[in-house]
Amino acid sequence: MHNSNSVVAEQFDDRIQQHEASNLGMWIFLATEIMFFGGLFTGYTIYRNLYTSGFETASHLLNAKLGAFNTAVLICSSLTMALAVHAAQTGKRKKLIAYLLSTMSLGLVFIYIKFILEWHHDYLEGLAPGLHFTYAGPHARHVELFFCFYFVMTGVHALHMIVGEGVLAVLLVMAWRGRFSTEKYNPIEMMGLYWHFVDIVWIFLFPLLYLLGARF
Amino acid sequence: MSSAEAELPIESRVHYLNADYGIKSWLLTTDHKRIGLMYLVSITFFFCFGGVAATLMRLNLLEPQGLLVEPETYNKLFSMHGIIMVFFFLIPSIPAVLGNFLIPMMIGARDVAFPRLNLLSWYVFMTGGLLTLYAVIAGGVDTGWTFYTPLSTQYSNTHVMAAAAGIFIAGFSSILTGMNFVVTIHKMRAPGLSWFRLPLFIWAMYATSIIFILGTPVIAISLVLIALERWFHVGIFDPALGGDPILFQHMFWFYSHPAVYVMILPSMGVVSELITTFSRKKIFGYHFIAFSSIAIAAIGFLVWGHHMFVSGQSIYAGLVFSALSFAVAIPSAVKVFNWTATLYKGSISYDAPMLYALGFIGLFTIGGLTGLYLSTLAIDQHVHATYFVVAHFHYIMVGGAVMGYLGGIHYWWPKISGRMYPDGWARVAAIIIFVGFNLTFFPQFILGYLGMPRRYAVYPAEYHTLNVVSTAGASILGLGYVIPLIYLIWSMRYGREAGPNPWHATGLEWTTASPPPPHNFEETPVVTEEPYSYDRLAEEIQVA
Amino acid sequence: MSEHIAPKRLYFFVFGSLLVLTLLTWRIAYIDLGPWNTVVALAIAVLKAGLVATFFMHLRWSGSMMRIIVCAAIFWLAIMITLTLGDILTRNVVSPSQGWQAPAAVVQTTAPSIQQH
Repeated sequence: MHNSNSVVAEQFDDRIQQHEASNLGMWIFLATEIMFFGGLFTGYTIYRNLYTSGFETASHLLNAKLGAFNTAVLICSSLTMALAVHAAQTGKRKKLIAYLLSTMSLGLVFIYIKFILEWHHDYLEGLAPGLHFTYAGPHARHVELFFCFYFVMTGVHALHMIVGEGVLAVLLVMAWRGRFSTEKYNPIEMMGLYWHFVDIVWIFLFPLLYLLGARF
Repeated sequence: MSSAEAELPIESRVHYLNADYGIKSWLLTTDHKRIGLMYLVSITFFFCFGGVAATLMRLNLLEPQGLLVEPETYNKLFSMHGIIMVFFFLIPSIPAVLGNFLIPMMIGARDVAFPRLNLLSWYVFMTGGLLTLYAVIAGGVDTGWTFYTPLSTQYSNTHVMAAAAGIFIAGFSSILTGMNFVVTIHKMRAPGLSWFRLPLFIWAMYATSIIFILGTPVIAISLVLIALERWFHVGIFDPALGGDPILFQHMFWFYSHPAVYVMILPSMGVVSELITTFSRKKIFGYHFIAFSSIAIAAIGFLVWGHHMFVSGQSIYAGLVFSALSFAVAIPSAVKVFNWTATLYKGSISYDAPMLYALGFIGLFTIGGLTGLYLSTLAIDQHVHATYFVVAHFHYIMVGGAVMGYLGGIHYWWPKISGRMYPDGWARVAAIIIFVGFNLTFFPQFILGYLGMPRRYAVYPAEYHTLNVVSTAGASILGLGYVIPLIYLIWSMRYGREAGPNPWHATGLEWTTASPPPPHNFEETPVVTEEPYSYDRLAEEIQVA
Repeated sequence: MSEHIAPKRLYFFVFGSLLVLTLLTWRIAYIDLGPWNTVVALAIAVLKAGLVATFFMHLRWSGSMMRIIVCAAIFWLAIMITLTLGDILTRNVVSPSQGWQAPAAVVQTTAPSIQQH
């Protein structure tokens, strides 16, 4: 039934319809992701409004420099992902592989910094709610609430990145085997949309979690 | 396909049921029609579990002291009844069964936009469903289908995580289905099939898909947060940290209210189709009905706080939600007016699908009007969490959604199976269901008004008689459901062959053979006329 | 809809802008602007997100349908936040941060009594 070598799947009439359908489908999926993260942002907004001092105190306990660096890492990975799509569109297999590898590597750097340098450090410092929370300074309860949000929001984000790494790995193997061409590069483009979206989520997480309150 | 070929006996043609044999050809199919049938089997399976829970509940309520079970067990029964019926029967029912089967056919396409995602969505649905059934077998959940905190996060010692995980996973099935439908309807319509030539069933499914896409992710994240709080004590709703349990209710109901529109909109789409076919008349107010579907989907997202009037929500929020809830009734009423106007001076035949459609209109109207009572703050103070609410939503869910579903199953059964069911039995069953339903749920309006709380295993003696009536009605309703199960299965082997268009209806799905060939149409149809053109001469419509 | 291939120059320009904006938002957090700190931080975030969406995600060259989908999702999120916040901010009872306290007097119920078994 399915001829995986043909460019157009049999339910579609032509390449244009197939491309438009895939694009529309991916954007709809991203809309669901906006609502998924949106639930977390809603909760965050509520409590930030109610417990402003507590949240600002807590935000200071995060390492803003590391957060900013990680933001830059993700932005670099978005660039390499966009360049990967470009390489796929222009049929440049070696560049496609190189850019996919770069994107994956930068993603791994982000995950390393997030889990090892930040999460693990926070755990040791006694800032991990439910596991090891020992902070006893001002607004302790609200600081703990903030850290609940911090771990859940960055955790869900990191999970999306890990899934992204998995898909990138699959695409890398496919690119290595020469499965993509100027006629057939849809999966790379769709993955690009996903990766950029994950970047956008972090673009909002960074100021909301790391940059609250007076640091002057 | 030529008319002559479509007339050939079923066994001598290649169609989607006989094109390929063996279990693998079903489990690895990407044919939307086969996937629709797989969903039909699945949701019927889950309906039986939900029905068993309801039977045990109604039996228990035969006596004021509770006839059958301890209150702790009763809590688990109503929770499982709600969870299974809402998430594993009602929400998927029409979209996953009739939507999957019909949407490509109604728009003249060969399949949906993403057939493999369609198959994946069935597997995801089954995974979620089996996980939830595991929760039932392992001892059940007692939080109600609403999972309110802090009971669900801190105090319940039942299988909250497994049930929440099951629902979370099944939610992705809805999301994938919604995605598929929106892209299919946008991108794969036949030439000449402009938006305002689409059958109203398609408009209803489009509106439903919007809700799937924008609403389901929010309950997904709500359930994740419940699981995290329960497992890791990450207490986002925990008052000890300053958390607000009502925040959970906001997030839960943000999806779960639009979810009720997911349950009713497809049924309304079916009713639009049934009313026109069985009054042999063009639908009255096509544009109004089409836009009212979109309006219900949109406004439906603005009213969720009406579930929270007595929760501790601010009175001002209550006022806003109450006003918006009145607004959302308007597009529903528009539909009822238009259906009634279609019936007027129509040539009405009382086939089983039409009996279900007429039943829908009456029962949905009652359910909808009682919704307005509940949206009134002062009234809700008294009847919140009583049987009045239970009766209200069962009138809409069962009297409305399920009857629309059954009407649709009967209407399109000849297309799905190629055979007719026995008409006499079908009409009898429809009437039994109608009578049984009203006997079950009308007394519950009175019980609620008199003050009987919902979710209680025991009750004061003065409510005894009405409870007995309700249980008696439930047994009749149950009988009514069993009858179609029997004759529909019987008809697959012994029913009279239906031919392409036994109802002489308009619509692209009736122009191809019954059962349809694997790719629906031999040639892509071209659409040149408006929908429901029953005013055309009879010979333009294919005769069985 | 054409399958547009954007020039690489454009990607590098957007990349540069994003890095500059990131640096900006980080440094501004160390300057006292009062309540405007939050506003500026969010504005920069929106600008960065807009650049990524418009150019990296090709929204610039996609059909209007994609833009409608993005706007719809953002609008629906705004509904959820606004109405929920509307509830939270208009409650004038004891706020959760002060903790729940038992009411002074127990309310007398007039409901019929439940029979025990």
